[in-house]
Amino acid sequence: MSEAVELSKVSMDFAQFRAVNKVDVTIKAGEFFSFLGPSGCGKTTILRLISGFMDPTEGAVKIGGVDMIGIRPNARPTALIFQNLALFPLMPVWENISFGLEVRGVDKATRRAKAEELLNLVELYDSADKKISQLSGGQKQRVAIARALAVEPKVMLLDEPLSALDLKLRQHMRAELRAIQKRTGVTFIYITHDQGEALAMSDRVGVMSQGILQQVGTPMEIYNNPANGFVASFVGENNIFEGTVKSVKAGVASFATALGNFETRLGKGVAAGSKAKIYVRPEHTALQKTTAPKANSVPVEVGDVAFEGNFVNIFVRDRLGGTHMIQAQNDPNIALPANGSKMHMVFAPEHAVVLAAAATSSQS
Amino acid sequence: MSELYRRYGKLLTLIMILLTAFWLLALVIIPNIVLFEFSFESYLPVDQLGGPLDVYSLKNYETFIYSPIHIRIFFQTIIYSSLVTLLCLCMSYPVAFYLAKVIRIENAPTIFLLLLIPLWVSEILRSFAWFIILSFQGPLNALLLGIGIIGKPIRWISGFNGVIIGLIYSYILFMLFPVYNAISSLDSNQIEASEDLGAPLWRTHWRVVIPHAKPGIASGCVMVFMLCAGSVIVPSTLAAPNSRWFTEIIQQWMFEGLDWNVGSAYAFLLLVLCILFVSIVMRVLNVRLVDIAK
Ligand SMILES: Nc1ncnc2c1ncn2[C@@H]1O[C@H](COP(=O)(O)OP(=O)(O)OP(=O)(O)O)[C@@H](O)[C@H]1O
Ligand SMILES: [Mg+2]
Repeated sequence: MSEAVELSKVSMDFAQFRAVNKVDVTIKAGEFFSFLGPSGCGKTTILRLISGFMDPTEGAVKIGGVDMIGIRPNARPTALIFQNLALFPLMPVWENISFGLEVRGVDKATRRAKAEELLNLVELYDSADKKISQLSGGQKQRVAIARALAVEPKVMLLDEPLSALDLKLRQHMRAELRAIQKRTGVTFIYITHDQGEALAMSDRVGVMSQGILQQVGTPMEIYNNPANGFVASFVGENNIFEGTVKSVKAGVASFATALGNFETRLGKGVAAGSKAKIYVRPEHTALQKTTAPKANSVPVEVGDVAFEGNFVNIFVRDRLGGTHMIQAQNDPNIALPANGSKMHMVFAPEHAVVLAAAATSSQS
Repeated sequence: MSELYRRYGKLLTLIMILLTAFWLLALVIIPNIVLFEFSFESYLPVDQLGGPLDVYSLKNYETFIYSPIHIRIFFQTIIYSSLVTLLCLCMSYPVAFYLAKVIRIENAPTIFLLLLIPLWVSEILRSFAWFIILSFQGPLNALLLGIGIIGKPIRWISGFNGVIIGLIYSYILFMLFPVYNAISSLDSNQIEASEDLGAPLWRTHWRVVIPHAKPGIASGCVMVFMLCAGSVIVPSTLAAPNSRWFTEIIQQWMFEGLDWNVGSAYAFLLLVLCILFVSIVMRVLNVRLVDIAK
């Protein structure tokens, strides 16, 4: 039904340029795994390495334990959904869906029946004989999914398939994709630069930057325990303070900044005495009239207040001109501070973490 | 039209339209109408012009129907033109695909330039060049003998061989360019999607690339076929004694027989029958005229 995908020390060079750098990860059978990263970080390249359109410069790609190097895409148990879908415009919907079966020599009646069945699976009824050009964006999306499912792939590869859709449809299709994955049990490898999408849909997420896999973990791990500064700032919002780690005692670091000393947790790969940054989530900070005795505290001046409905974002400015965001839950009795008022931004030591910058090629 | 108006103003637009109309009328339509009228008149001595024998008739066309040799030559022309068209297609398609989808886009202009240079040489010179290359004592035989592929020289220009080679060489680019254009407008992801779904190379071409390129293939075929059937220089240069082309018959009537009337009739027959043939083939292959016009 589904197979695991194993990338071991996979690198891909284009002439002088290294697009994928020693990526090492095993995607389990039946898992919904997302690669998350900014544009140009090598996500599509990884997908093309798995689907077989190119072979890595170094390292190995295994699917279900079988080494895939040198095996063409048409012989791999994968199906790729392209960033632009790449449906065949000259074939009606049902021929698109059953193209993979046609290739395998299945007779026409069976093909047609299978296409209808898959159209029901993706909840697209009575569209078998339509032309591709008659479909809406979301319907094309479903046809692409059905076409890929028709060949009963062990691994489904999706390259930002929702990026062309509007917000509402995108949210709907997220749930749908997740449901289809659950129903079919196929391993899904999903690519996106939208962190919300990756967190909401995936069993595990791999965060990438400049060809390097920065962290692999469940959405909660990624969000709550980012491995480094890149992950922390790419996934979700963060308030950042620069400074030096002065000393480390029982896992608590004493961190000196131009705004004063903070007590924080210490992330991996940061030694005492080194320059680093601390990261604090807006929802873990609060505004107070006075300093708090047990927490870190920064004097700030209140700037804009953005009321977002279920929560409120308060933007503040510190003495040195750095801006920060404080997020508070909305409740009917909330008292919003006035623009320009002098207050203190406070956060608990366990909610602040010192992190090294992103992993670079020299470190890995 | 209104676009032209806006851009160049009234006077210039008018001049352009008049010039185009003049070009069409004076150089295309009127000569054809004159020839068309010619084809229904009889070839008469000057003193009988306007006399009782100077009436319109289908006599000139009957000449064709009652000459089995001419009919045979006509069918030969059609058959060998079709063959040349097919060979041009078979040779152009892989090259067009290679140029459109395989090589890096930066290298394409250089290759196109190399392909175009021979086209700058006049057709007569190119035909003669092939006549020399293919002649019994010519360089091709010398080369093949030299490297020992053949034991004794081959008579290349026999039957329709020479004509076929010459026509392919002259007109293959008229196939290559439309096919190239059509293929390069295909989204490469579709080729990859087909392969990803398990299709071997031939099926990807059969189901994805060729259907997409069909309009280009059709216009290339129509162009090459019509050029071949109407070609004069290549057949007269490279033909063997027994291989004659229909255009040569027309030429004979007009310039040797000085009978422009039968010549015109033959010319129109060639045109009409070729159009008929092309339409039938297009109907059979389910290609529409609008596809070609694109
Ligand atoms: N065939 C190629 N030749 C040269 N460089 C390439 C090639 N394919 C990709 N690259 C480079 O590799 C890098 C990674 O490309 P890739 O397409 O994997 O990015 P991506 O993460 O998918 O980005 P996006 O989110 O914009 O789709 C880019 O800098 C790109 O320019
Ligand atoms: Mg991409």
